[in-house]
Amino acid sequence: MEGTALQRRLTWQAATVTAAAWETPSVRTLELAVPGWPGHRAGQHLDVRLTAEDGYAAERSYSIASAPGEPVAITVERLEDGEVSPYLTGELRIGDTLELRGPVGGYFVWAEADGGPLLLVAGGSGVVPLRAIIRQRRRSGSDAPIRMLYSARTLPDVIYRDELDSYRNGVAVSYALTRARPPGWTGYARPVDAGMLAEVAWPAGEEPLVFVCGPTGFVETVAGELVGLGYSPGRVKTERFGGI
Amino acid sequence: MEGMSLISRGFHGRRRTPAGAEGRVPPGQYVTDGFPVLSAGPTPRTPLTEWTFSVRRGGSNLRSWSWAEMLALPAETVTVDIHCVTRWSKLDTQWRGVSLDTLLGQVEGDAGYVLAFCDGGYTTNLPIADVTGGRAWLACEYDEQPLDPEHGGPARLLVPHLYFWKSAKWVRGVELLEHDEPGFWETYGYHMYGDPWKEQRYSGD
Repeated sequence: MEGTALQRRLTWQAATVTAAAWETPSVRTLELAVPGWPGHRAGQHLDVRLTAEDGYAAERSYSIASAPGEPVAITVERLEDGEVSPYLTGELRIGDTLELRGPVGGYFVWAEADGGPLLLVAGGSGVVPLRAIIRQRRRSGSDAPIRMLYSARTLPDVIYRDELDSYRNGVAVSYALTRARPPGWTGYARPVDAGMLAEVAWPAGEEPLVFVCGPTGFVETVAGELVGLGYSPGRVKTERFGGI
Repeated sequence: MEGMSLISRGFHGRRRTPAGAEGRVPPGQYVTDGFPVLSAGPTPRTPLTEWTFSVRRGGSNLRSWSWAEMLALPAETVTVDIHCVTRWSKLDTQWRGVSLDTLLGQVEGDAGYVLAFCDGGYTTNLPIADVTGGRAWLACEYDEQPLDPEHGGPARLLVPHLYFWKSAKWVRGVELLEHDEPGFWETYGYHMYGDPWKEQRYSGD
């Protein structure tokens, strides 16, 4: 499983922005042309480096939003006190170049051979690598059933909403809206808790493979509750973001 | 790093090195006041009554300490800067723990490397020279409080001169090795040594 990607040296390369789209008022997806991209697996991330004219550089990691074989894409949430995300969401234009290297990471990944069933639990922009997994399932023709639970503040904060709502045939997405709900909302209206996970998650006996991605506190809660429901800790893969 | 960097049109950067921190922040890092968490799975919670720290060779125990025995060893308070491969650095963090010199000093025999092993199955590899000579601790307090499980409690390694993934959380012991062997993240493409000042993030850096 690990193998080839390990020996290759990750060098910085120029990428050109070929498309940009707003997912929400503060979240933007950038599609990138990366000559010589070696390919990636669903769930991996890449590093971006920005360099100012005086040589000052800032680097950040972003999950890859696209499935293997699709153009490389990242989805970036604008953090007002951040340094790189305001540039990527507010300044960068189609045709601009930036430097990146990758793909990085080989644990929080899924491929058809890993099977299912899959439970994907997202908090906020933690949905990005999980979206790559759903797209990879479709592209590979896998029939591994997916249940996704996605926690967001409000419905307009849901990233990839049209895409997630379009999935049928073995992909079921549930939302938990923590701050405000539209009139007539029938989904969950509270933060993710043990009761909600017990309703949404596969029974532990089906030995699901779990991917949890979101802010630290969210991931701590979800992973802990899943272990409490009898999930094997070794099958609960987590990715947390805490810094800015 | 290779070659000249590409200038990013319109990028100026906001987060310069804070005053007083010059020379303390490795390349590609930024200073944070928070304490972000990075781990690959659920946080393990081993009761202290079942906790031990062991030094092993070839899978067999050379020496083990219970929690109480570990606490009875001489401890040191250290204030160090830490650097995570995800790019945050945190300055002047205060820890209390037992020097690995003290623990390894009670075990016979030479080794070139250690592989730290942990609750939850995590491992990481380190040269013996990097965990001796007053450069590594078994830390059980952070900021004068018992180490939070989220941050690796009850005890984690503290090896501040290397990227922080080498400071294994929930550590339960070290295996003495003659030859270097990759641990968990090292198997997934991260650097075998991990010197932040040389920006050794990934294999080949």
